[in-house]
Amino acid sequence: MAVDILMPALSPTMEEGTLAKWLVAEGDTIKSGDILAEIETDKATMEFEAVDEGIIGKLLVAEGTASVSVNSPIAILLEDGEEVPTIQAKTTVKDPIIAPNKQATELVSALDAPPNESLVDQNLPEGTKFKTQTVREAIREAMSEEMRLDEAVYLIGEEVAEYEGAYKISQGMLDEFGSKRVIDTPITEHGFTGIAVGAAFGGLKPVVEFMTFNFAMQAMDQIINSAAKTLYMSGGQMGAPIVFRGPNGAAARVGAQHSQDYAAWYSHIPGLKVVQPYSAADAKGLLKSAIRDPNPVIFLENEILYGQSFEVPDLADYTVPLGKARVWCEGNDITLVSFGIGMKYTLEAAEQLAEMGVSVEVVDLRSLRPLDTQTVINSVKKTNRCVTIEEGYPVCSIGNYVSSVLMQQAFDYLDAPVINCTGKDVPMPYAANLEKLALVTTEDVMAAAKSVLYR
Amino acid sequence: MATKKTRKTNLSKDDLMPLYRRMLLIRRFEEKAGQLYGMGLIGGFCHLYIGQEAVVVGLEAVAEEGDKRVTSYRDHGHMLACGMDANGVMAELTGRSGGYSKGKGGSMHMFSKEKHFYGGHGIVGAQVPIGAGLAFSDKYKGNTNVTFTYFGDGAANQGQVYETFNMAALWDLPVIFVIENNQYAMGTSQQRSTSSAEIYERGQAFGIPGEAVDGMDVLAVKAAGQTAVNHCRSGQGPYILEIKTYRYRGHSMSDPAKYRTREEVQKVREEKDAIQHVRDLLLTGKHCTEDDLKLVDKEIKAIVNQSAEFAKESPEPAPDELWTDIYANLEA
Repeated sequence: MAVDILMPALSPTMEEGTLAKWLVAEGDTIKSGDILAEIETDKATMEFEAVDEGIIGKLLVAEGTASVSVNSPIAILLEDGEEVPTIQAKTTVKDPIIAPNKQATELVSALDAPPNESLVDQNLPEGTKFKTQTVREAIREAMSEEMRLDEAVYLIGEEVAEYEGAYKISQGMLDEFGSKRVIDTPITEHGFTGIAVGAAFGGLKPVVEFMTFNFAMQAMDQIINSAAKTLYMSGGQMGAPIVFRGPNGAAARVGAQHSQDYAAWYSHIPGLKVVQPYSAADAKGLLKSAIRDPNPVIFLENEILYGQSFEVPDLADYTVPLGKARVWCEGNDITLVSFGIGMKYTLEAAEQLAEMGVSVEVVDLRSLRPLDTQTVINSVKKTNRCVTIEEGYPVCSIGNYVSSVLMQQAFDYLDAPVINCTGKDVPMPYAANLEKLALVTTEDVMAAAKSVLYR
Repeated sequence: MATKKTRKTNLSKDDLMPLYRRMLLIRRFEEKAGQLYGMGLIGGFCHLYIGQEAVVVGLEAVAEEGDKRVTSYRDHGHMLACGMDANGVMAELTGRSGGYSKGKGGSMHMFSKEKHFYGGHGIVGAQVPIGAGLAFSDKYKGNTNVTFTYFGDGAANQGQVYETFNMAALWDLPVIFVIENNQYAMGTSQQRSTSSAEIYERGQAFGIPGEAVDGMDVLAVKAAGQTAVNHCRSGQGPYILEIKTYRYRGHSMSDPAKYRTREEVQKVREEKDAIQHVRDLLLTGKHCTEDDLKLVDKEIKAIVNQSAEFAKESPEPAPDELWTDIYANLEA
């Protein structure tokens, strides 16, 4: 019986890929383990092996086709003597993912407000051009630019050099900077974090990549007790100019130990700076600022955002200051405050609210410590309503802190209690349906927004 | 503990006297600190170095300008030995503005950028990767400095020590791991806590050479230190010195020391004391007279008394110091 060969998922977050090359032709006899094709994910090009034996009856997707959805048929495998079925399975080629900045642009135009870039990036030179870049490329470019500028900056972590990054952030960097400055470590977070902190005391500016921030738990003592506190304990004599970066929060279906948002944890600590960008432009500009900053900076990335594209100012040296929120779009009826991947749900909700005729102001905090409370307060004084959105746990969350600031400094302006939308108060489950329930959702944001709007 | 003392006869007064003075300064300083603690002038935890003076004094004798050092919370001796000012150290112990950290660090957390002293670390074992990181910075910059990374027999059971051994060996870092084995991890003897009798031998698993050294003999420490420094400075990677020593006082000021007998302590003091050893060498070698040594005692006492006065007189930090030094400013 003819069997469909389906587009495989080659990583936890892969939804589609490019069929780069067929290594078999129609009529070829194949057996289990033969390489059928090369498939490009957003991270890497991988070989795709046959599971069953048979004859390639038909190649359904041409070489070089991009955006082939996972699980759509790409070829038909026949048994000996069998004919190609007349009705071929239909291949779904999804539209390319709509870049969130595009959503934002639509949202802004729906609200008839000026483009968001002009709100914060007033310092951009006139006529600045933009280029479309993924968050991954933006992070890589930020590191590379700073390493070209300053010999003291180097990258260290697991698989950053020869493997080119577990998430391909550091692709090509070993070639450019060599093994002295792009350094593979053994799997030993506690140890290499301590070594990097010591090197920072010694005058270098390490960028430490954690394969994910879940693994940084092993290194927590060095981050908090050594990196964050030494400047104070030494009476200002010495501190650690160091960046700790890597993916943070849930990816997709990787379960409880690999899915946690540490934003609130690190934001608790005096001596640390904490940033969690959403867009590629902010990822780039904030990372460059973080590397130049003389303090330890926690730079929280997100695996799901790595492959998403945004417009990034095409400037030789684009930086974004730490500690400044970005007003993503202006509005008068409600303030939605978020950061990182939380912005995805926030912007989806904002669009739905705009369709209901609600004028929404979205504040992307970007930096969590120092936190730009003034921008939030100013916004709430105008809108009188606020919902915060984040992926982390509800107890002692960033939203809790924002709420307390608003209660103390904008109490008389609030027309409704501030609602914190967060991830649910449970370890991340593996089952697909439960994982979805555990994360903060657009529906959660909509329900909260309607509640504070009394609608 | 090894008992054999180096009895070299060709040593001069210039070899011996600086070692003697420095060890004596540490001991008198620590005695004074203990006294001030008893008077309530020093608070919190205070870990005295009395008994272990030969370790740091022997090693500092082979350090060169630019070499770095980092240690645990039992750090007063290390600071005095690397040339930090007794006044600044004592004033930090009393939590005054004249202290090395303006009173914000305390006994366990003191630093001197000028003297390349990187702490003063309160978390057992955490200074070990930091020391390797300091060595990493020197290797990266291409200079020939080494880092003395001190830790105790207790810290030697922390996992990060072995993570660090692995990377230090892998990357040939110029770091000397100095295990100050004073035989007790707080109240737990080495026998009860440590599977190996010779801790330095653990380096063999990583290909790191090392040796055990009689830590009550400052000349033996100095000689072993020279071997270690030569090894590291010539780019051959890390080296381990396990220095067998003994602390006379409790783990901290509040330690009743029920885990060992008074006789055990007394026996070491009487038979192996490192300061007495050099004193004997000075006298038997006819390098000086009892009167000369009395004069040295007097000078040291004056330095220590002066530091205590300074530490009492120095004002407490201004209240607004609470809010300084949390973040460094970007240099323009």
